[in-house]
Amino acid sequence: MPEIVFDKVEKRYGAVQVLKPLDLTLRDGEFTVLVGPSGCGKSTTLRILAGLETLSGGEIYFNGLPVSRLDPKDRDIAMVFQDYALYPHMNIARNMSFALRLQRRPKAEIDARIRTVAEMLNIGHLLERKPAELSGGQRQRVAMGRALVRDASTFLFDEPLSNLDAKLRARMRTELAELRQRIARNMVYVTHDQIEAMTLGDRIVVMHDGVIQQQGTPQELFEQPVNRFVAGFIGSPTMNFLTAEVVGEGDGLAVTGKGFRLPLDAATARRLGATGRRPVTVGIRPTAFVPAHADAAPLDLKVIVAEYLGASAVLATLCGGTEVLVETTATPLPRPGDVVRFGVPAGAIMIFDNDNGQRL
Amino acid sequence: MTIANTSRLTPYLFLAPSLTVLGLALLYPVGYMVYASFLNWNPSQHIGQAEWVGLRNYLFLINDPSFRESLFVTLKFAAAVVSIEMILGVGLALLLDRQLRGMTLLRTLFILPMMIAPIVVGLMWRYLYHPTVGPLNRSLSALGMETVPWLSDSGWALVSIVIADIWQWTPFIFILALAALQSLPKSVMEAARIDGATGWQQIWHIKLPLMLPVLIVTCLLRLIDAFKVLEVVLVLTNGGPGLSTEILSLRIARTASEFRELGKAAAMSNLLLLGLMVLTAAMFAYSKWMETRAARLRKAAEADAA
Repeated sequence: MPEIVFDKVEKRYGAVQVLKPLDLTLRDGEFTVLVGPSGCGKSTTLRILAGLETLSGGEIYFNGLPVSRLDPKDRDIAMVFQDYALYPHMNIARNMSFALRLQRRPKAEIDARIRTVAEMLNIGHLLERKPAELSGGQRQRVAMGRALVRDASTFLFDEPLSNLDAKLRARMRTELAELRQRIARNMVYVTHDQIEAMTLGDRIVVMHDGVIQQQGTPQELFEQPVNRFVAGFIGSPTMNFLTAEVVGEGDGLAVTGKGFRLPLDAATARRLGATGRRPVTVGIRPTAFVPAHADAAPLDLKVIVAEYLGASAVLATLCGGTEVLVETTATPLPRPGDVVRFGVPAGAIMIFDNDNGQRL
Repeated sequence: MTIANTSRLTPYLFLAPSLTVLGLALLYPVGYMVYASFLNWNPSQHIGQAEWVGLRNYLFLINDPSFRESLFVTLKFAAAVVSIEMILGVGLALLLDRQLRGMTLLRTLFILPMMIAPIVVGLMWRYLYHPTVGPLNRSLSALGMETVPWLSDSGWALVSIVIADIWQWTPFIFILALAALQSLPKSVMEAARIDGATGWQQIWHIKLPLMLPVLIVTCLLRLIDAFKVLEVVLVLTNGGPGLSTEILSLRIARTASEFRELGKAAAMSNLLLLGLMVLTAAMFAYSKWMETRAARLRKAAEADAA
């Protein structure tokens, strides 16, 4: 399996630069997820990797060999498309065997491979059907099967689950995760859904405006986002952001804003350095709130709406006029209008620069 | 009358004017023609004075070598023009299905021949084919080659009208084939590229099969038109030399005007009409078949999803 290296890869359409020079290394056997809002350049990156788009600058290396001039067929890749892109006039077996038939592989080998993959994906009974005779979920499996039969060294997925309904999407996500355990291949997966990214990826690459914002394991991205965009994009419900000022508090520092004053821990205070008053943005994850107790700074929040989810509840609350989401397991559930005191552990507070959004 | 009744009749009320016009302008003449085909009718006679001859006009035609020759010429002509136009038109569409600078202009140029009145096309090609001053023969002799008796040789004459027809009608197939190509799903083409299909393999395994429904209908439409061709042949050869280019519609016109046999001309028209109706029915049957098939597939998919 090749190690894939993007070296200053750029893409321009006329005057519009959709990818700023981009460096990225996809390690051997890794499941990499490119995630970001639409228009962030993630699909373009994947299509450049596939050879469906040319690059405007830089180079891609597979195990050190430049491939940007190679046709898609010479890159040893298989791809699953968002709309599945099945050949409508061929039955499922012929859809899956198309690449192998073009390679003139022996018929016995083709049949054997189709049988294996069809069994693995549970589509053996559909082989004689045309794509139009299948439901969305079945087409999805066939599209995956067509890629798997190829036995390529790298698999590319372009938002493969986005055309499915929510329930089916969750099931296919689990199946993909299982599949991923069984097949040791490079996989590159593009999605706009951060839950898919978090559950599937060994490594997540967060993109925004044609620039990689951060890459790392799901845990790294969740716990140590480098900037406000990543912090807000990863995690559900999304992180709360409050405008605040850094002020001195005894020996250390605190952040203060409308309706709150939260002391910072020593590590954060050291990173912030100088004590002068400065405007910043404070980020607190909805899951970070704890029942009020002595070790956590108290924060009084006025409940507007309580959404009961079963195992937990999400409260939409107000803190000095700004909406703050709180995920809680507390019972009984507060009612709209109640003012509830929560605790915010100092370690859970993230500080972002107001100008460039970088985490401080 | 109840309201339900009225609203059920409303569509027919709205259809009535066009149905009336259609009835008067189409069914009446066709009925008249069918009736006339059973008569021995001279243009100088009133239709009431014509003699009833039953099926004798049809029997005569079946045994008439000139009619059979004419039918044969028409079949040859239609087969030649439609097959060559299909190959050229689809080929051009495959070549030009890309983002090129000035493509819009090129496409407009390509469909110009189709927009010229057939009589003008005939006159234009008559000039091109002129044995001495025609550009074709002048170019040939300038290149030191022998000139070609385009319209005066019974072998070449059919070739010449075939060429003129191809020039005029290839754009029709080109336009429809290009539209079909450009409506093919992009991702399917990309999937084929990733699966390793070369340009030719993409055309052969993916593009042509997916275009097939459109191509079949296009082919039938052209076939129907080719059987009715008249003006270009009339101007270029007027059926000659001998009977070598006397296609059916020309023979019908001559039978009516020169031979003054309206009954036989009507019988011939009926035979032509029958042939065309078979083709049209084939076209409708094909699209009906495609529709039912699509519906069946959809139903199977829904049943499975449930």
